[in-house]
Amino acid sequence: MQNIVCWMTNCFALLGQWAIHLFERTGRSALFLSRIFQSIPSTIVRPWLILQQLYSVGVLTIIIVLVAGAFVGMVLGLQGYNILVRFNSESSLGTMVGLTLVRELGPVVTALLFAGRAGSALTAELGLMKTTDQFSAMEMMAVDPFKRVIAPRFLAGFISMPLLAAIFSAVGIYGGYFVGVALLGVDDGAFWMQMQKSVDFHEDFMNGVWKSITFGFVATWIALFEGYDTVPTSEGVGRATTQSVVHASLAVLALNFILTALTLETN
Amino acid sequence: MDNLVQIRGLRFRRGSRVIFDNVDLDIQRGKITAIMGPSGTGKTTLLKLISAQITPEAGTIIVAGQDIHSLGQSDLFELRKRMGMLFQTGALLTDLNVFENIAYPLREHTRLDERMIRYLVLIKLHAVGLRGAANLMPAELSGGMARRVALARAIILDPMMIMYDEPFGGQDPISMGVLIKLIKTMNDNLGLTSIIVSHDVAEVSMIADYIYIISNGNIMDQGTPAELEKTNSEWAKQFLKGLPDGPVHFHYPAPEYSKDLFGI
Repeated sequence: MQNIVCWMTNCFALLGQWAIHLFERTGRSALFLSRIFQSIPSTIVRPWLILQQLYSVGVLTIIIVLVAGAFVGMVLGLQGYNILVRFNSESSLGTMVGLTLVRELGPVVTALLFAGRAGSALTAELGLMKTTDQFSAMEMMAVDPFKRVIAPRFLAGFISMPLLAAIFSAVGIYGGYFVGVALLGVDDGAFWMQMQKSVDFHEDFMNGVWKSITFGFVATWIALFEGYDTVPTSEGVGRATTQSVVHASLAVLALNFILTALTLETN
Repeated sequence: MDNLVQIRGLRFRRGSRVIFDNVDLDIQRGKITAIMGPSGTGKTTLLKLISAQITPEAGTIIVAGQDIHSLGQSDLFELRKRMGMLFQTGALLTDLNVFENIAYPLREHTRLDERMIRYLVLIKLHAVGLRGAANLMPAELSGGMARRVALARAIILDPMMIMYDEPFGGQDPISMGVLIKLIKTMNDNLGLTSIIVSHDVAEVSMIADYIYIISNGNIMDQGTPAELEKTNSEWAKQFLKGLPDGPVHFHYPAPEYSKDLFGI
């Protein structure tokens, strides 16, 4: 009996420690975000810092987005055709591919790829900077690392995500077109016309844009915070990088559900 | 006495471990002051406290007449422009080459033209013997070279005070000799105040005007190198002469050796 009481007490203690740790990290990440916001005005007057980061965060992620977008679109074309052909409605393939990519897969898969490629790179970079005292050195040189290092990366991630999602959707649509029209014989005109008729700019396209902006914001915030808050050891950097990808991916998937539910509610 | 840094009642701890317990310490203006002590006694922590990178639990640290821990960020940064720090790891910015690392504070805080920046950077690089390494990236430097580049960066804005964290680590005898001379010359000619954290007793004693020996959260001994040579403190004698036996134990507290090995 005493053992059970002791075990339960330990369980409660562990739960309490976990809750304190969770709240503490949430608070620190909120403070971190507020410092980023405060630093944005000083960063905007140095646009070259943002341009450098747009290259490493955005441009270097394009290849993976292009390849993934093409294959996702091709699979959509293939699966969509095989389902729609049963109902003699393969001419609606354009609608299916377009809506799926623009509303859901474009923003979500791009955000997951972004978290894996750019997010992990940002976390590892910041973690290593912390481990090698580079932030302390900047502060000792009277330079605020939030203004020179963190805010430019945040803005670059925030700007890159919607553009990458748009590229993903565009390439995906062409992937679906290639499989559906060029390989499986769906009518070319019907593919584009159905898509044009069904995909609404405000309800569908802008919905995807808002989602990708939100995902870009959250994924970049998580990546930067994990890097800045890392335990300054090689093991700490490794753990922070893993956590960055896991937390950002889960946050994106959860947010996607919430945003989708909100959008459908509004409609 | 004219003190550039005045520490009173300093208390600091990491978790439950007390690093400083009511410590008073003065750094005289224009002098070289050495902080020495066994590994893990908080020498680097003291430099971080003096430069307000971390905050003490209690006590005041006055730097150039200002309570550094009560300053806002802009005032703190203004003060830090007049302070240089050489980090133990060098802490060079890894995405910039040697030249750009040293030019970084100039580009951030001055409006000097490119030609003037080049002159100043090359002069400082020449002083640390690495003018030929201006185009190398930090990853291409040895630990000792990285520290010399970091030294050049620390002095580029001609600060009033420089803090050196283990400046002689990883240096070959020639580089060490040049660095010792350089630190002494800079201090005397430019009227700097230097704080050196180091384990190299012989080298530091050659140039230091005053030495503090710290351990277990307190100052164990202090004085000029000549005074410390004649000290009565067994503790300081053992540390300065590097003796294996004495009040300072080489081994971290552990159970009896034979018991640990054979369980008897």
